[in-house]
Amino acid sequence: MSNSSSGNVGIVIVSHSAKIAEGAADMVRQMVGNAVPLAWTGGDLEGRLGTNVAGILEAIEVAWSPAGVAILVDLGGAETNSEMAVEMLPEDRRARVVVCNAPVVEGAVIAATESSGGSSLMAVQRSAEEFYA
Amino acid sequence: MSLNRSAREKLVRALAVSVIAHADELTSLDQAIGDGDHGLNMKRGFEAVLATLPALADKSTPEMLRAIGMTLVMKVGGASGPLVGTFFMELGKALPEEPARADLVAATGKAIAAVKARGRSEAGQKTLLDVLVPAQAKLAAGGDAAAIAAEATEAAERTTPMLATRGRASFLGERSIGHMDPGSRSASLLIGAAVVTLEFEADL
Repeated sequence: MSNSSSGNVGIVIVSHSAKIAEGAADMVRQMVGNAVPLAWTGGDLEGRLGTNVAGILEAIEVAWSPAGVAILVDLGGAETNSEMAVEMLPEDRRARVVVCNAPVVEGAVIAATESSGGSSLMAVQRSAEEFYA
Repeated sequence: MSLNRSAREKLVRALAVSVIAHADELTSLDQAIGDGDHGLNMKRGFEAVLATLPALADKSTPEMLRAIGMTLVMKVGGASGPLVGTFFMELGKALPEEPARADLVAATGKAIAAVKARGRSEAGQKTLLDVLVPAQAKLAAGGDAAAIAAEATEAAERTTPMLATRGRASFLGERSIGHMDPGSRSASLLIGAAVVTLEFEADL
């Protein structure tokens, strides 16, 4: 987990594999340094492959920005658990978190790059989703 | 069919035991067409639910169901955690404290609609909806506990020849045919345990 005090859109990476999530976060850092709030989560509650809502909620908290948070996910359960986590957020935060329909590694790097230029949450989401559409 | 405290506790134990006792079976079904974690995930979730007894059963029936749902959402993981957890949470939201059978029909209908929305899925895609939908229809049609449980079991079996078009099994395409959907099997286990308990304890 890592954080930044910038007002840019935060990026959360959710993979079934902690190694993939961490590695994708490393790639994001290489591209944008500390210009965007960033957090990752991967694995189930016992550290096996999987995703869990508690880990996602924590990652959203770590990467929180007033500009919002864009979540990048890998397979089905990562998406379903991320959407569940978003619904469990306080109402004032819920509308400022989006789950992007984009590949997790490429999407995270593209979204973070867009965010580092100060773009809005909507623009960050669009950049990740349109690049591979 | 109001549930007193003892009946609520029996219901929770019956649900948990049905899943925990079949964890290995659920895992082997999931190994065939999924990622092989369904048995372990569901077992972990229902063990966590059991750990909230006896306080859990002190709650009203709707509050208890919402609490079960929240525990499952937080502990099961996979796609099943949010899906099964949403079912219990929405059931709890929709049921009055002293539900009549008609309330149960309406509330299960709403809970199924919430599961469909959560998974962006419909019956026919080889998911737990292929058990929830026909079992709820049997309940709505006035079926007794045995009829509902039998329908749930048969509905799970009917997923075997189905082509998966949602969830991890859909990656297998036609190779998903010939295997029972693990989520349908766990749903049938939960429904069987629930209706049998409700029949004895609450005159379903």
